[in-house]
Amino acid sequence: MTTLALSDEILMEIEKPARYIGNEVNMVRKDPAEVEIRFCMCFPDVYEIGMSHLGIQILYDMINKREDAYCERVYSPWPDLDRIMRERNILLFSLETQTPVREFDFLGITLQYEMCYTNILQVLELSGIPIWAKDRTLEDPIVFGGGPCSYNPEPIADFFDVFYIGEGETRYHDVFELYKSARAQGASREEILYRISQIPGMYVPSLYEVSYHEDGTLASFEPGQEGVPKTVVKEIVMDFDKVPYPEKPLVPYIRVTQDRVTLEIMRGCIRGCRFCQAGMIYRPTRQKDVELLKRYARSMVKATGHEEISLSSLSSSDYECLKEFIYFLIDEISNDDVNISLPSLRIDAFSLDVMKRVQDIKKSSLTFAPEAGTQRLRDVINKGLTEEVILNGAMQAFRGGWNKVKFYFMLGLPMETEEDAEGIPKLCETVAEAYYTIPKEERNGKVSITASASFFVPKPFTPFQWAPMLDPETYRDRARHVKDTFRKQLNFKSMKFTYHETDVSALEGVFARGDRRLSRVIYDAYASGCIFDAWTEFFDYEKWLSAFEKNGLSMSFYTTREREVDELLPWDFIDIGVTKRFLAAEWERAKQGIVTPNCREQCSGCGAARFGGGVCFEGKS
Amino acid sequence: MKVRVKYVKSGHFKFIGHLDVMRFFQKAVKRAGLDIAYSKGFSPHQLMSFAAPLALGVTSEGEYFDAEFNSLVSSDEFVRRFNEQMVEGMTVKDVILLPDDAKNSMSIVAASDYHITILDKEEDTACADRKAKLLEVSGHLLEKETIEVLRKTKKNEKVEDIKNGIFKLYPDGDQLYMLLATGSAYNLKPELVVEALCRETGYEYQKFDYRIHRIETYMRSAEGELVSLLESGTRISNGNAQG
Ligand code: SF4
Repeated sequence: MTTLALSDEILMEIEKPARYIGNEVNMVRKDPAEVEIRFCMCFPDVYEIGMSHLGIQILYDMINKREDAYCERVYSPWPDLDRIMRERNILLFSLETQTPVREFDFLGITLQYEMCYTNILQVLELSGIPIWAKDRTLEDPIVFGGGPCSYNPEPIADFFDVFYIGEGETRYHDVFELYKSARAQGASREEILYRISQIPGMYVPSLYEVSYHEDGTLASFEPGQEGVPKTVVKEIVMDFDKVPYPEKPLVPYIRVTQDRVTLEIMRGCIRGCRFCQAGMIYRPTRQKDVELLKRYARSMVKATGHEEISLSSLSSSDYECLKEFIYFLIDEISNDDVNISLPSLRIDAFSLDVMKRVQDIKKSSLTFAPEAGTQRLRDVINKGLTEEVILNGAMQAFRGGWNKVKFYFMLGLPMETEEDAEGIPKLCETVAEAYYTIPKEERNGKVSITASASFFVPKPFTPFQWAPMLDPETYRDRARHVKDTFRKQLNFKSMKFTYHETDVSALEGVFARGDRRLSRVIYDAYASGCIFDAWTEFFDYEKWLSAFEKNGLSMSFYTTREREVDELLPWDFIDIGVTKRFLAAEWERAKQGIVTPNCREQCSGCGAARFGGGVCFEGKS
Repeated sequence: MKVRVKYVKSGHFKFIGHLDVMRFFQKAVKRAGLDIAYSKGFSPHQLMSFAAPLALGVTSEGEYFDAEFNSLVSSDEFVRRFNEQMVEGMTVKDVILLPDDAKNSMSIVAASDYHITILDKEEDTACADRKAKLLEVSGHLLEKETIEVLRKTKKNEKVEDIKNGIFKLYPDGDQLYMLLATGSAYNLKPELVVEALCRETGYEYQKFDYRIHRIETYMRSAEGELVSLLESGTRISNGNAQG
């Protein structure tokens, strides 16, 4: 029996001790003395969130398939334990062997959202690893960052030794081989990092020098040493059916956010919505072989005992074998003990049929994500969904017995006018009125429409990376105006409108497009007590404001400022395959309200075809 | 066909709460490919019910749940297949077939017994004294007319006499042994008895000074004797038995 890092007394004192003891079903056990590489994988948020993340399960499984490596896990200790660990000088430890994290060769931190940045500092500090990369020695783990936020790693560049740019399945093996031989040769930490920078996809921030213009914009961003690559090309999996998939995923004891088998059916998206970062960075779209997915479905249900199975992709309706696969799941997998959790689907005869079969119509609702209230603005953002499509889908569903509709919108989109904002309640009203054209005896009681709006945050590597973000006050006014306009609708009693937090979004906007100078702000905010910023109950905007002030940086420089297309951006050194030229052309087309066809309708030559596969070559083999 | 499963919860598993233990078994049954029965209706659930919830931090070698199966395998095969799916700290000990009219385990539980380890910190004579005193007093406590403790409810505290719930209490080597009323009629937690002992000896009760281990869970036989919950049925020798 492993000796736990925390005493019984502490475990009984804190909330949910199961977060810290490991030993879950399908946990990998190895003798640390028998391996050459110890890798600690971290999701910098609470256990229940981290355990729900597919990417970690993929890498955990992949690294542990190597005999010479042992991958373990760590999550952010909840504030109750955080306090105790600081009071009693307890070092943060891995779940599997309860070993202090600082004893590992690598600490890999996944970066899924900007608001976890202070939690990274918490993990480092509680581990006893120097927070600033420059202070680390050969005794400390090499700290890796990866995941979506590493597509602009600059705000946290000073805390990391290496960022892995792109999909995790491809290059860790090279890193490990290099590390083994470098250690055997007695290489220094600098030497090891330099050599890692030679591996494709690896960005070692300490090897680059940055200078700024007087106005705060970037003047230069260059390798500081010879041989260090000027651009880092993202890593991408092109043999998507051959990479390992965790067929025996970990099964937690406590209820976590996603307590189910997750099957990734497709990576990337053909649509090209102009606000969506995932739609660009995962290009080109790649699909999993449906027969392979069927096999995974069977084996994973068996290996976990989970009662739910769900599909993961950016736009499931675009998976070409979706019909076949969902009917397979319904007919062969679902029964008393396994439910199918449907992804959000385009509403049509097929999706209504499967919804009818796996959900309770009375409880389930139709979901639409028009994102913008008018067709004009939907053309600006390149969201193909038209009012006609929404109405047709909704009417079919209403006739089939549905009466609940959910709409997702964004507010603060580039080029948004008052009319676009008012379009949100108007669209809801149109759908409500359409409902009541159905004769009373054929419809199912009153219609119920919920609309929610989130605050648009411009992201790197999207056509909107140059766009100004709205300031929080204007956003709030606009959201209130939308709310007022809802009240003026005929059917307003059947509608509900909610909108999201603004301050958090503003910060997210800063970090999404921020530069290296922000490291100090993050450090100061953390030092003044900011942590778990993604949790409303802990988020403390005032502290963040003082951290900006202390460092003489303004948030609006990063958020509300419109960038010129020729400005050097902090993430320009990364090459995602999609060219800057394409993004700039898309920005221009957005301004003109011109729609760009999706990858299957017509290739727009975004640049991702150079990876030699996926949708760019579909039907062309 | 209803079976009863006896299991042991030990080691780090004591930090897994009762609801999570239930979820653990629900998933384990499926991984084991056992033919568990489901309720009818729109969201079917496994027909499984647990005997006597164990508090967080307590280990036990006498835990039970009942479950309904559509088809059976032998007791040995049940045990083997369950244990293939267990993790460190959880072991299935036995499986029996219950008669059709058997009452479920939750409703028949009448008592359970415990060993309490009194933790002493090394080289602390005060601790050693306390331990000796508690062990000594435990042999006589039941001679008292009433045994009073403070019971905290949501609204207030009240003094309660728990003597009726203590069937046996004595020192057993350097541990405390106690047999207590358990179940829906009267449920007495071992912590309360330790608290009563502390009250009696004048020591302040600190919950982390004691390690609690449940030995067995009992029901009353037709004769009124306390017997193991396994007495309700018989072991399955032939896997295809029809219930
Ligand atoms: S190259 Fe063409 S088909 Fe390929 S991802 Fe880009 S736009 Fe789509």
